[in-house]
Amino acid sequence: MTEDSIKQANKRLLVRLLIVVVAMFGFGFALVPVYSVFCKITGLNGKTSNEVAKDTSGPIDDKRIVTVEFLASLNESAPWEFHPEIAKLKVHPGEFYHIAYYAKNLTDQPLVGQAIPSVAPGLAASHFQKIECFCFSKQDFKPGEGRDMPVTFRIDTALPAEITTVTLSYTFFKLNEVAHQD
Amino acid sequence: MSTATHVHEEHHEGPASGLTRWLFTTNHKDIGTLYLLFSLLMFFIGGTMALVIRAELFEPGLQIVEPYFFNQMTTMHALIMIFGAVMPAFVGLANWLLPMMIGAPDMALPRMNNWSFWILPFAFTLLLSTLFMQGGGPAGGWTMYPPLVLQMGAAFPFVIFSVHLMGMSSIMGAINVIATILNMRAPGMNLLKMPLFVWTWLITAFLLIAVMPVLAGAVTMLLTDKFFGTSFFNAAGGGDPVMFQHIFWFFGHPEVYIMILPAFGVVSQIIPTFARKPLFGYSSMVYATASIAFLSFIVWAHHMFTVGMPLGGELFFMYATMLIAVPTGVKVFNWVSTMWKGSMTFETPMLFAIAFVILFTIGGFSGLMLAMTPADFQYQDTYFVVAHFHYVLVPGAVFSIMAAVYYWLPKWTGHMYDEKLGKIHFWLSVIGVNLLFFPMHFLGLAGMPRRIPDYALQFTGFNEIATYGAFLFGFSQLLFVYIVFKTIRGGQKATSQVWEGAEGLEWTLSSPPPYHSFETAPVVK
Repeated sequence: MTEDSIKQANKRLLVRLLIVVVAMFGFGFALVPVYSVFCKITGLNGKTSNEVAKDTSGPIDDKRIVTVEFLASLNESAPWEFHPEIAKLKVHPGEFYHIAYYAKNLTDQPLVGQAIPSVAPGLAASHFQKIECFCFSKQDFKPGEGRDMPVTFRIDTALPAEITTVTLSYTFFKLNEVAHQD
Repeated sequence: MSTATHVHEEHHEGPASGLTRWLFTTNHKDIGTLYLLFSLLMFFIGGTMALVIRAELFEPGLQIVEPYFFNQMTTMHALIMIFGAVMPAFVGLANWLLPMMIGAPDMALPRMNNWSFWILPFAFTLLLSTLFMQGGGPAGGWTMYPPLVLQMGAAFPFVIFSVHLMGMSSIMGAINVIATILNMRAPGMNLLKMPLFVWTWLITAFLLIAVMPVLAGAVTMLLTDKFFGTSFFNAAGGGDPVMFQHIFWFFGHPEVYIMILPAFGVVSQIIPTFARKPLFGYSSMVYATASIAFLSFIVWAHHMFTVGMPLGGELFFMYATMLIAVPTGVKVFNWVSTMWKGSMTFETPMLFAIAFVILFTIGGFSGLMLAMTPADFQYQDTYFVVAHFHYVLVPGAVFSIMAAVYYWLPKWTGHMYDEKLGKIHFWLSVIGVNLLFFPMHFLGLAGMPRRIPDYALQFTGFNEIATYGAFLFGFSQLLFVYIVFKTIRGGQKATSQVWEGAEGLEWTLSSPPPYHSFETAPVVK
C-alpha cells in the first residue's frame, strides 16, 4: 500500500470505529428500557404493576391459604407517619381483599408523596393484582393531614404452589423536589 | 503544531528539543514514554493513598485519619490505580512496542495519539482537586453506586467529568491501536504471525471501544439524575438503583480483562525468550484470548449475586463465570509448557514473568471461589474480595508491566539496567506483595468487611502483617524508579538483540531504535 492509501484506510477505519463508540454510548441508555421491560415481564426485582389490573374475573381457590404481609417504609426519613392498618392477612387466591395504609403529614407544609410498591418473592410479583391502590397516583397532603389510603388486591390462582407467604412493601417518597416523574 | 509539521517534512530529523517536543509530539516513542512516566507518577500517588489506608488499619480503632477521609482514600486509590496507573501503562507499552513489532514507522493516527495522552493530566488534575473541595472527594466507592454517590458534595460533577475525560482518552487510544494493527503491518505480517502482545492489545482495544462508552453513559445518567431531575436510578420517579449496577458492571467486567489481557501478551513475549523455546500453542493462545474477551460480556452479574436475582440468573452467571477458567487455564498451561525442558535463565524480566504466572493463578483460584454463588454470599464485601482482585492486579497486571519495563528498557534506552539491583527489587516486591495480600484471604474468610476504617480485635494480627507488607512493597518501588532513571542516564551498552533468545521485529532495530521505527517496511517471511 502507498502512504496515501494507508491514510485513506486509516480515516475510513477511524470513522467506522467512532460509529461503534457512539452506538455503544446509545446502547448504555438503551439498557434502561430493556431492563425495565425485562423485569416487568419476568417480575424480577419484585417490580409489580403500578396500574389497575384489567382482568378481574376468574375462579377462587378456597382450599389454599396464602399469607400476605404488609410493610411500610419511608425513603430518607420522609416526614410522614406511615404504616399499614394490619400487619398480615391470610387470603384465598383469586378472592379480592380490601386493606388500608395510614399516612400522616408531620410537617406544617403541604406535601406530595408517591408510594412505590414492591413484592417479595420476586416470582410472586406478576401474580399480585390491584384494582384500587393509593400507589396509582401522587398523594397530596395538607399540613398535618392524616388519612387512610385504600388498597384492593388479590393474588391470582396461578401463584406457584411453593409460595406460601407474599410480602407487599410500600416505600413512601417525598415528591416535592422530584421535578419529573416517570 | 510547528514540531509536527517540521518532523513530517524532514523525515530523517530527530526529536525537537525543549518542552514543546513533549507537548506537540506525534511520535509513538515520545508518547509511549509520556504515558509510562505519567502512570509511574499515578502509581506513586495511588500507592501513597494505599499506605494511608494500611497505616490506619495497622491496629483496631481510629488512629490516623477520620473515617470519611478513609473512605475518600479507598475510592480515590481505586480510581487512580485503575484509570491512572494500570491502563495508561499498558497504552504506553502499546505505543512504544506495536509499531516496532509489526514493522510500522509510527502509530496510524499520530495527532489523535498526542491528544489521547494530553487529556489524561487534565482528567487527573480534575479528579485529585476534588480532595480539596467542600465535602471532600468521592467517598462512596469507585463503583459509584447510587443513591450513595448522589450524596457527594461539590466534587460530584468534577468526578463525573474526569471519568468522561479518562473514557475519551482510552477510546482514542484504542482506536489508534486498532488502526495501527489493521492497516500498518509490514508486508507478510499476516494476523496469525503477529506477536502475542499485538494480538492481546488488538482484542483489548475492541473491548475498550465497546465498554468505555457504556461507562460514559452510566455516569451521564448519574449526572442528569442529580442535576436535571431525571429518574434513571431514582425509585420515586420510577427508576431503579439496581439498574445502575447492571449497567456499571456491563462495563466493569470487560474492564478487568482490559487490565489483564495486555499482561498476558507481555508474559507471552518474555517467557519464550528466557526459556529459549518458541511459545507453546500460539494459536490456542490467540483463541483463548478471544474467548475470554467474549465471555467477559456475559458474566457481569457475578459482581452482584446478593442483590436478589432469581435462581436461574444466579446459576447462569455462576456457570458462565466458571467457564472463563477454561481459556485462562489454557494460557497458564501454555506458559508452563513453554518453560518445560527449555534452557531457562532467570534475569529480572523472567523472574517477574514467572511470579506473574504463579501469583496470577492464585488470584484466578480465589476468583473461582467467588464465582460460586452460595459461597459468594459469605465472601461478598469482605477482605477476601480485596485479596482476590489485588492478587490479579498487583502481582498480575503490575508485575507484568514491571517485567515489560525490564525486558524492553535496554531496547528503549540503549543501556542495560543494573541486573543485581533488578533482582533485589524483584525479591523485595514479591515478598512484600505476598505479605501484603495473602493475609487478606484469611481476614475475609473470617468476616472482616471491606471499606471500613476499624475492625474487631481478632483481626489485628493479620492486619499488622499486611501493613508491614504494604510498606515493604511500597518503598521497594523507589528502588524501581532509581533503576529506571539510572538506566536512562547511562550504563552498559545494549546490543540490538539485547537478549540471547529474543525474537521479533523490534530486536532487529538498533538499541535505542531510530526516532522513526521502520522507514522502509521490513518483509516478514
